[in-house]
Amino acid sequence: MGLLSDPNRRKAITSLTLSVLPDVVCYLAGIAWFMGLAFEPFTLRTYMSENAMGSTMVEERFPSGERALATAREFAAHKKKVGGMPVDWLVKTMRAQGLEVFTQSFSRNLPFPDESKERFVVRGTNVYGILRAPRAPRTEALVLSAPCSPGNSNNQAVGLLLGLAQYFRSQIYWAKDIIFLVNEHDLIGVQAWLEGYHHTNITGMGYTPLQGRAGSIQAALSLELNSDVVTSLDLVLEGLNGQLPNLDLANLFHAFCQKLGILCTIQGKLQRSDWDTVEGYTHSAQTMLLMVLKQASGRPWGEHGLFLRYHIEAASIRGVNSFRQYKTDATSIGRLFEGMVRKLNNLLERLHQSYFFYLMPSLTRFVSIGYYMPAFGLLTTILLLRALDLWVHLGTPTPVTEDGVGEGESPSSPGLLSVLTPVVISHLTGVALYTLPVLSQEMAVEHFPVSETEAVVLTAIAIYTAGLALPHNTHRLISGEGTEQGWRVLKLVALLYLAVLLGCTALINFSLGFILAVTLVPAAACVTPHVPKALSAVAMVLLSPGCTILYCVFLFQELQEVPVSLAEGWMLFLSVISQGILDHALYGSLVYPLLALLVYPCWLLFWNILFWK
Amino acid sequence: MATRHLFIELQTLNRRAKLKIIFAKFQCLCIIPALVGVDKKTCIQFCLCTFQEEMVIRPLYSGDIYASFQFRTQWDTDFLHDGKKVSHYRLFPKSLGQVLSKFSVRELHISFTQGYWRTMQWGQPFIPSPPGAELWVWFHHTVTDVDGNWKELTNVLSGIFCASLNFIDSTNTVEPSASFKPLGLGNATDHRFLRYATLPREIVCTENLTPWKKLLPCGSKAGLAVLMKSEKLFHSSFHSQAVHIRPVCKDWQCTSTAWELRQTLNVVFDLYTSGQGKKEWSLFKMFSRTLTEACPLASSSKIYVDVTDNPGGELFDLSPSSPLISTAVVLGDRRTYSVYDLTKKETFGQLRSLNLLLRWKGENDMLRPPLHAERYVSGFGLQKGEIHTCLYNSHPYRAYPVLLLDSLPWYLRLYVHTLTVTSKTRENKPSYIHYQPSKDRLRPHLLEMLVQLPPHSVTEVTVQFERALLKWTEYTPDPNHGFYIGSSVISALVPSIVAMDTNSTRDRPLFSSFFPTKEESSYFMRVYTEPLLVNLPTPDFSMPYNVICLTCTVVAVGYGSFYNLLTRTFQVDEPSAPLAKRLANIIRRLRGVPLL
Repeated sequence: MGLLSDPNRRKAITSLTLSVLPDVVCYLAGIAWFMGLAFEPFTLRTYMSENAMGSTMVEERFPSGERALATAREFAAHKKKVGGMPVDWLVKTMRAQGLEVFTQSFSRNLPFPDESKERFVVRGTNVYGILRAPRAPRTEALVLSAPCSPGNSNNQAVGLLLGLAQYFRSQIYWAKDIIFLVNEHDLIGVQAWLEGYHHTNITGMGYTPLQGRAGSIQAALSLELNSDVVTSLDLVLEGLNGQLPNLDLANLFHAFCQKLGILCTIQGKLQRSDWDTVEGYTHSAQTMLLMVLKQASGRPWGEHGLFLRYHIEAASIRGVNSFRQYKTDATSIGRLFEGMVRKLNNLLERLHQSYFFYLMPSLTRFVSIGYYMPAFGLLTTILLLRALDLWVHLGTPTPVTEDGVGEGESPSSPGLLSVLTPVVISHLTGVALYTLPVLSQEMAVEHFPVSETEAVVLTAIAIYTAGLALPHNTHRLISGEGTEQGWRVLKLVALLYLAVLLGCTALINFSLGFILAVTLVPAAACVTPHVPKALSAVAMVLLSPGCTILYCVFLFQELQEVPVSLAEGWMLFLSVISQGILDHALYGSLVYPLLALLVYPCWLLFWNILFWK
Repeated sequence: MATRHLFIELQTLNRRAKLKIIFAKFQCLCIIPALVGVDKKTCIQFCLCTFQEEMVIRPLYSGDIYASFQFRTQWDTDFLHDGKKVSHYRLFPKSLGQVLSKFSVRELHISFTQGYWRTMQWGQPFIPSPPGAELWVWFHHTVTDVDGNWKELTNVLSGIFCASLNFIDSTNTVEPSASFKPLGLGNATDHRFLRYATLPREIVCTENLTPWKKLLPCGSKAGLAVLMKSEKLFHSSFHSQAVHIRPVCKDWQCTSTAWELRQTLNVVFDLYTSGQGKKEWSLFKMFSRTLTEACPLASSSKIYVDVTDNPGGELFDLSPSSPLISTAVVLGDRRTYSVYDLTKKETFGQLRSLNLLLRWKGENDMLRPPLHAERYVSGFGLQKGEIHTCLYNSHPYRAYPVLLLDSLPWYLRLYVHTLTVTSKTRENKPSYIHYQPSKDRLRPHLLEMLVQLPPHSVTEVTVQFERALLKWTEYTPDPNHGFYIGSSVISALVPSIVAMDTNSTRDRPLFSSFFPTKEESSYFMRVYTEPLLVNLPTPDFSMPYNVICLTCTVVAVGYGSFYNLLTRTFQVDEPSAPLAKRLANIIRRLRGVPLL
């Protein structure tokens, strides 16, 4: 430590670390590191960690794909006749197959109408059949689920589910009970079923208690299938609050796709072999960015997403039928599921051997937490360096200027009030942003010609914008002028606050933390009251959390290869906000409260500093 | 030493089985009364042992089939009172007899079960048992060191039955105060002499079946036991084997006692996997064997087929049909059975082999059992949870009390103040609660209560718990699998539809005479809930754990130096000493005098 104890060298090091240069280097390095994660030589190949699923051989013999499709047609006819879920038919069919069948009815009032799915008061019934494993004491179970969607979609999934149930029933090798679940109203039905199964109530759902259970659920697979033949199967992993299932589940899916010769994709993107070309790299970067954006959104991207809260490893498998020549029939898909369920049946422990925190640039490659965290670490280093700089400045006594002498307040110790007031006021704005949109929808609908959903979203945007007027209000409360020391202390507090906030977010949901860091860190690092006001204000607004969501919407559309115009993008942005609020109310997604109660107030603190007088 | 002796006994048993049959025939000739020409009653008095075998076949409404074997050996001796050493064994297995006398066992019940009895589909079993292994023993009241005897006994039984009973220790043994009364003679009430333990994780397989079969007088060489081929018995939905030893009345006057050994085996064959979906059953299809003879040592050897719901033959066909019909009151209901007596030659017909064939024709409604129960853990996360036990009384108008016994391991820390009992959304106060708190690593929780179940209702018993963090050596080799919590036991006197038979000495089929009945209006019933699998907070035992340690060290070093830099004030050191002074110091150091 001789280097650090020498005052001269120390001064040099301090001045170097606290200059702008390392900040810029860290920021660029962080971004570069992150983008480098999609480059194949830097990533690891996936491998099966779980012994019970790796070496054991299973043979897939599911024979009756055609019969499953016939069942699907029958199901479709009954669905049309009833005009919804054909509960009686499902109960009868499952019972005839030798399952123990139970139903659960549920109801849920949405806080405001969901315009994308056209629902407000939801009532429905889940039907599930339990295949009891021979000589097993009902302690473990696997779940296979398929949604009963409105219209003509997903009939094949239910048909295949029933076909698998029939085939599985006649096999002797099951060690875990298998639950076949057909749920109504997609995620709301799954949420009701899971809450009923675990006897919890976290979202204010009304449901009837479940009559039959099968112990602790070890894994779940969700099935979405819209056509008799498919081109490829897409694996969906992103769940509620950015939770991911164990990587072994993805490996298992990939292994069986390889074995059965089925095209498999992740984020709807096929694997490419030309990693050393620009196109190859762009492709995997797009795949990874899509995963990051989906994970950051914190919504469940399939029915599996809700299982993850209960420590049940789950994934959705979605059949895609495009115009390619290559087709896979229902028998092969059935065999894929048979193989996966049999291997999961072989599990001796819960899936825990492989990674829970990862990003996937393709189905065969993954980036583990140890590789992606440095990218985020580099970005937060900037905040810490800035904080250190302010700390050093606050510590060194400034020469007393003539103006400073004679004022009542000592310049070195700004009053606690001048720091506390903006913090409290900005958080109150956050609370208003969190509560008012849903509460005031009726009033808004009365006074303005808008629907409830529009009212909620527009109120949110209005409160968000109104928060920009905060500096004036703050200054009115603080007596006297803000001092030079005052904004420094405030910025120091705000920087540390942001660093802790982002750090915690990134630990739970890396993608969300990283995306917020990319936009918030430059704004937080650069802002002082001495920069040109108008220009900086525009830059600050552009780097605010709300605008980040807007960019993400456009980027997401771009990556999915369905670019949208500005107007369409704006409409999408509005629907994303309403969906975010709904996700919070329906499934307990934490992104909306996080942004409204913590991130936005934190950003307001920096906004306050910009307009410090 | 005793264990070793028993092992040798076991090994030689098989070889001696055939020899034994011949010897036994000579020694106990009177079991074939026709040969000697004395009537059966005098024979039992004269002779010291009888052996009966019996099988009941009950077609279940789900299309499955339930087969229950019972083998009963009665030995008219008492090696507890007399104090004499018994060394002369015939039909009663010596290995068990020695255990009984050495450990002064009054009553012993042990069961090994693979699978869970589905009460809602299958109705009531003749002798219920929980998944895994269950052992409960009443010791004689002269025993001073009950715990020591219990410990040794479990180890010996572990050897006899090739099971992991040696894992029974103080952490899973309880002394139930009310739930397990002696089933045999004598009304012992001092539960200090009772020990009860379950091993819900025990896997039952052929290695447990073989020693169990060897306890039979005929082994698996003759009689009903020839049907017990493990490849078929374990190709089923449910398999349970048990041994029950208890003192019973020697004769109808009950002047002296005798030992009764009942070996039972219950198995349920599945319609879809064993029956290939065809509703057609035969002995050959179930067991891949047919019957050709009774066990020569057996005084009675019978097959009962439940034909209660099939009076006119519209539900199923049974062939060959039997002229013998018997009725018995079983589990609160009067049932009719077709009886096949294997000691009679005409039973086997022309082919000299009996292959019962049962062909379903119609559908029938499921019969709701009067009492059933389920249990589950609610909540999520690894900190807290709640155990829910739901008791269903489906009797339309009668309320009756049940005894609920819960034995939970210490690593579930029960919050007893959260214990609630509700039926029909109202609080249902138990009239009796016996709770013994756990001691960490020493003994489990024991919770017993008497709850009145209102008619046609669900009673829910809930209690919250916290999951303890174990020491790292206390985890099982597969910690992420979870920890098993044994079944709750529900014992009840259920109101009976028909008058129960209270005369215990009358000659009745074995399956209807296991639980003693004291009154006509109700019958005893025991229900086990499913065991639970509970995940405890588990450290990551693998590499990331090391990585975290390493990272923490690095962070600590980095943080230390940073902290140093931020807090310490530095001063300029005085310039180094002049050359002359340094030279002088070197010389002084060499001389060993203090430096300048």
